[in-house]
Amino acid sequence: MARITMREAISQAMWEEMERDPRVFIMGEEVGVWGGTYAVTRGFYDHFGAKRVRDTPISEAAIVGSAIGAALAGLRPIAELMTINFAFVAMDHIVNEAAKLHYMFGGQMVLPLVIRATGGGGRQLAATHSQTPDVIFAHFPGLKVVSPGTAEDAKGLLKSAIRSDDPVLFIEHATLYQSRGEVPEGDYTTPIGKSKVQRVGRDVTIVTYSKMLETSLQAADQLAKEGIQAEVVDLRTLRPLDMEPVLDSFKKTNRAVIVEEGWRSYGVGAEVAARIYEQAFDYADAPIKRVAQKEVPLPYNRNLEQLALPQVQDVINAVKEVL
Amino acid sequence: MEKGEYLDLYYQMVLIRHLEERAAELYQEGYIGGFLHLYIGQEAVSTGLLSARKPQDRVITAYRDHGVAINCGIEAKTVMAELLGKVTGCSKGRGGSMHMADISKRYYGGHAVVGAHLPIAAGLALADAYEGTDAVTIAMFGDGATNIGFFHEALNLSKVWNLPVLWVCENNKYGMGTSVERASAVSEIRQKAEGYGMPNARVDGMNVIEVRNTALEWIEKVRAGGGPHFLEFITYRYRGHSMGDPERYRTPEEIHHWQENDPIGIYNKYLVENKIAADEELKELEKKALAEVQAAVEFAQASPEPAPETLFDNIYVEA
Repeated sequence: MARITMREAISQAMWEEMERDPRVFIMGEEVGVWGGTYAVTRGFYDHFGAKRVRDTPISEAAIVGSAIGAALAGLRPIAELMTINFAFVAMDHIVNEAAKLHYMFGGQMVLPLVIRATGGGGRQLAATHSQTPDVIFAHFPGLKVVSPGTAEDAKGLLKSAIRSDDPVLFIEHATLYQSRGEVPEGDYTTPIGKSKVQRVGRDVTIVTYSKMLETSLQAADQLAKEGIQAEVVDLRTLRPLDMEPVLDSFKKTNRAVIVEEGWRSYGVGAEVAARIYEQAFDYADAPIKRVAQKEVPLPYNRNLEQLALPQVQDVINAVKEVL
Repeated sequence: MEKGEYLDLYYQMVLIRHLEERAAELYQEGYIGGFLHLYIGQEAVSTGLLSARKPQDRVITAYRDHGVAINCGIEAKTVMAELLGKVTGCSKGRGGSMHMADISKRYYGGHAVVGAHLPIAAGLALADAYEGTDAVTIAMFGDGATNIGFFHEALNLSKVWNLPVLWVCENNKYGMGTSVERASAVSEIRQKAEGYGMPNARVDGMNVIEVRNTALEWIEKVRAGGGPHFLEFITYRYRGHSMGDPERYRTPEEIHHWQENDPIGIYNKYLVENKIAADEELKELEKKALAEVQAAVEFAQASPEPAPETLFDNIYVEA
């Protein structure tokens, strides 16, 4: 095991897959000469060259649209959107084309496509550049939506995404790039569509993913000091959603808190809570709680921004309410 | 061209015409649902253009796609079965009129969001540039698509990356019911290609031989490494935008004027006057086309509906 940052994990995944398969290439804004606006592709341009590390114009519909075309013709593009906020100008290509072509043409079209996008708030970029709109994309059948919370999962899931014949939206949280974690040596993949228990506990189930995994694990550490053992289930993939570890945990703890960085309305919490009630209602000993972003466009001011984003204390409070 | 090739072009055009006239009837009778965008009047564009492609060349178009499907080699019965939503259709009944494709024939559809297929076309061409093949992507779209951002992003990217794509605008004068003059900053669509530094031309799209000869020359310009090129064909659709079109935006006189310049009529006259084919031969071809359409309808009507248990098939490649 090596201890590396999530940035390094993502970078290694792409590097190894590009070495492995000449059809894999990267395209996006500033991915080449610049080395990536989040420095994820630093060194790629010099090693793989301009053909496989392609700088694009600021032209998101062309980035995603042409990646779809290249994938239909047999390449395996990794299209990078500088931030998930810019996915909205490529929305048609993500949800109307990538998510639908395989089904709508009777299975003949295959899109081995990865769209990488940086998401999340907390860096004082104000409302248009700080969003966590993951659930919007998870709404659409045909797309796979992945968002890792650890370096190990980031590397393994991205490798799976690159090898997948389905279109995958891979959302990386901007404030996790520096977070470190143990990563296995050598080649490994992590299956898409599998939730994972990241911390074992018996008293309450915390369901979360991405940046909020870090927040939830910190909350669980503090709760443990008070004798409360929280089990933390990391969804890792929003579509297809794997409820089995969530339900198994809930049947053990009988209480759940769902933690997400996006807004509460129509969110991950709403979906997961509904599924728990549908499939394990008899096991509930308390109403399920949701922790989510306050329903405002995220403000620039640091204090207001942090006030709007879910904090460790919010998770602790919610856990204590369901106990 | 050999005589057989001349006659084949004629046959494709009359087959498209009769197939679509029959489709319109089936629509009125309730056998076809959703939208039905007819290509009637525009047959010379797709027929001439795609007769000039080589087998490795890729084709993609918008939702007025039945004729393109035929010209790409999809059988009439497979087109008709798709219109009727049957499992024997080219998209297994999942796509309908607007979403026909057969990638084994390098025909990538059939796309219903105006202009959205143009960045995809750039990507198809990117794959060929990447792999170093000599294939050209032929991207067809209407005049209406040239006012949306996708068009401009796609043209720009294709030029920046010098991609092997031939952009083909079918200017049929109207985006739904809004004329080019009311919707586009420039009335000659080809002028938009100027802005992207792209060689371009405006050509009569009602004359199949002129379309073909232009396409032969321009596809090879792209294949030779000349980067993206742009053609605008002037054409006309006789029928409404789709089947529910109130037709308040143009006069019967205007439609009549264009019908006097019918692409099939023009070509019929050309073949007879140049003694390439006798009138009787052409009449025989029409009969053959009518019979093929009749067989297609019978095939489609006899074909099974998709089974309910296949509803969830093909959402993903990997479950």
